[in-house]
Amino acid sequence: MATRTQFENSNEIGVFSKLTNSYCMVAVGGSENFYSAFEAEIGDVIPLIHTTIAGSRIIGRMSAGNRRGLLVPSQTTDQELMHLRNSLPDQIKIQRVEERLSALGNVICCNDYVALVHPDIERETEEIIADVLGVEVFRQTIAGVALVGAYCSLSNQGGLVHSQTPVQDQEELSSLLQVPLVAGTVNRGSSVIGGGMVVNDWLAVTGLDTTAPELSVIESIFRLQDAQPDAINNSLRDTLIETYS
Amino acid sequence: MSYTQLPLNHQQNAGVATVLCCNCGVPMDGSQGLVMCYDCIKSTADITQGIPREANIQFCRNCERFLQPPSQWIRAELESRQLLAICLRRLKGLNKVRLIDASFIWTEPHSRRIRLKLTVQGEAMLNTIVQQSLEVEFIVIAVQCSDCARSYTTNTWRAAVQIRQKVPHKRTFLYLEQLILKHNAHVDTISIKENRDGLDFYYSQRNHATKMIDFLNSVAPIKSKKSEELVSQDIHSGSSTYKFSFSIEIVPICRDDLVVLPKKLAHSLGNISQFVICSKVTNTLQLLDPFTLQIADLSPNIYWRSPFKSLATGSELQEFIVLDVEPVGVVRGKYVLAEITCARDVDMGINENEYYVKSHLGGILHPGDSVMGYFTKNSNYNNEIWDKLNQNNNAPEVVLVKKHYPRTSHKAKHRAWKLKRMAREHEDIVANGNQDSRAARQEQERIERDYEVFLQELEEDRELRQTINLYKAHEPDARKYSGADGDGDGDDEMDEENIPQIDMDELLDELDDLTLQ
Repeated sequence: MATRTQFENSNEIGVFSKLTNSYCMVAVGGSENFYSAFEAEIGDVIPLIHTTIAGSRIIGRMSAGNRRGLLVPSQTTDQELMHLRNSLPDQIKIQRVEERLSALGNVICCNDYVALVHPDIERETEEIIADVLGVEVFRQTIAGVALVGAYCSLSNQGGLVHSQTPVQDQEELSSLLQVPLVAGTVNRGSSVIGGGMVVNDWLAVTGLDTTAPELSVIESIFRLQDAQPDAINNSLRDTLIETYS
Repeated sequence: MSYTQLPLNHQQNAGVATVLCCNCGVPMDGSQGLVMCYDCIKSTADITQGIPREANIQFCRNCERFLQPPSQWIRAELESRQLLAICLRRLKGLNKVRLIDASFIWTEPHSRRIRLKLTVQGEAMLNTIVQQSLEVEFIVIAVQCSDCARSYTTNTWRAAVQIRQKVPHKRTFLYLEQLILKHNAHVDTISIKENRDGLDFYYSQRNHATKMIDFLNSVAPIKSKKSEELVSQDIHSGSSTYKFSFSIEIVPICRDDLVVLPKKLAHSLGNISQFVICSKVTNTLQLLDPFTLQIADLSPNIYWRSPFKSLATGSELQEFIVLDVEPVGVVRGKYVLAEITCARDVDMGINENEYYVKSHLGGILHPGDSVMGYFTKNSNYNNEIWDKLNQNNNAPEVVLVKKHYPRTSHKAKHRAWKLKRMAREHEDIVANGNQDSRAARQEQERIERDYEVFLQELEEDRELRQTINLYKAHEPDARKYSGADGDGDGDDEMDEENIPQIDMDELLDELDDLTLQ
């Protein structure tokens, strides 16, 4: 399921929220509409956490995480860390990272198995990522830009990358990540995929400006349309036609 | 608003489609940074947003000029390049896009609307150039320009140059007119008015008048005097408007005038004889002593220290017949000193009075020729210096000035050349009335006579001719006449051929209408 919403007149959903398969974080101070877009879909399945990181609301860009863990920058206050620890399920590891490139959401892009990181990230950080998130780490750029987290969105089903990524690079990355990739845009032509949307294995939330063609690309690459009843109809009809022809 | 397809199209030369258009979902190449297909960009982007679709343009109905802000008024025809330039300058947003084409859409002139079709190119999105055309309508607003507004008041001009020469004929002004025409010195004048003893030139700016005075200074011996009249004054800003009048007086001595110099002046001019002929007038006077060929230049500022009048002018010349020429041997330039025996034309066959004079015309005079000269012997001049000279018997009896060529009136009317004239207003010196029509006719005749004399002077003097422009006259009967002339009787023909003529290669082709508006 893919939904469209807005955070305080901004379409950059990926900046103000973080969505994984086992938890969801949203920035404080948003409208109820914004929160209900998440609540309606995730319900009681995974926890929805209202928080700030390092006193700011741009939590999606400051943190990186997946089903197994969460990384926050060193500027995160003790109080915030305690709040996160209390809110997150016990099996999810949380770790503060001493990294010069402190906007972890911009430099790390991961699903539950692999992570693409900024080429200039420190060796220690790379090890922490591998340990805490339990992923294989690759130093990569996407379409010539080093901020892989900002220009790419990744789930266990697929990935959406910067619209200028050449086909060759897409194939390379796709074989590295072992998921299908496609180049695209969100929010009516914005290439900042990671900043414009959040995604996990059954839900994608994008900015309100996202057009229907963009949304259909997102739904197909992240395999979200299975949740829709007419998808079943289509496949059922195909088999029926096959049977009776 | 319409869109034009650009020849170079981004998506068409692309290799592989990598992304879908974010608007319509059509596959397209995203590697150039495009996220929307060209058609979608065209339908969503409007590069002409900053350009107003309606604007005003000011037009003065009186002088039919358009306002070019801030304060310039330009004459422009409808649908002309000038008007297009004025219109385009009035559009504000045009600097943000690239103007490709602009043209007029025809409108009824009375509708007071000017419609333009513009084609502009601009960057709609990241490195996507869109070409778009639009129509702009200009409303022509009728206003009165400041020049026209001023023309209805008494303050039509800012500076006037009044040129005067206190002589009974107009030949100097005829020559000056030709000089002004040749050097285009009259371009800035608002109007030229003919007045008693001279001309008035009116200017809208003071420096135009100053330019005219500088020009006059370089071609004529003049004295100038400036005066100004306060028109208005703003006591708050301290600015004030003035009208300037420049009074120009030309030295009242013309070519071929007989002059008696004051003794002191004659001493200072290289001890020249007091009794001289004015041989040439440029910005100085050239004085020639016909008895010794001594030449002196008199600059106007020296003249105006102690002004004097000429003793006798061209109208007092009398005709003499040359009986004998005896060169003395002194030659100076074109002048050859000779001892000449002559008799008055009117005396021929009546008495035997012969005069024996020295003259500078020895080179061109032959026995039997007629020559113009001043007959001082029987003249009564009202001149103190002359009286003093005459008492001492130092004065000559006859002074020969120039050779005389007998002309037939036909020849004079059919010249193969002509001169440009300036258009000017005649300030009627004579008021209208029955008896005054005769005075006007006389005045007219006098003007024509002066002009004829001036034309003859031009024919006789190559040096004078070179300073002005002569034009070919395209009169068919002029040629016909010259053809018929060959059949005339031999004696007459001989005389005609002696008359100095102007070569055809000295003449300029007529460029435009010779009468200026």
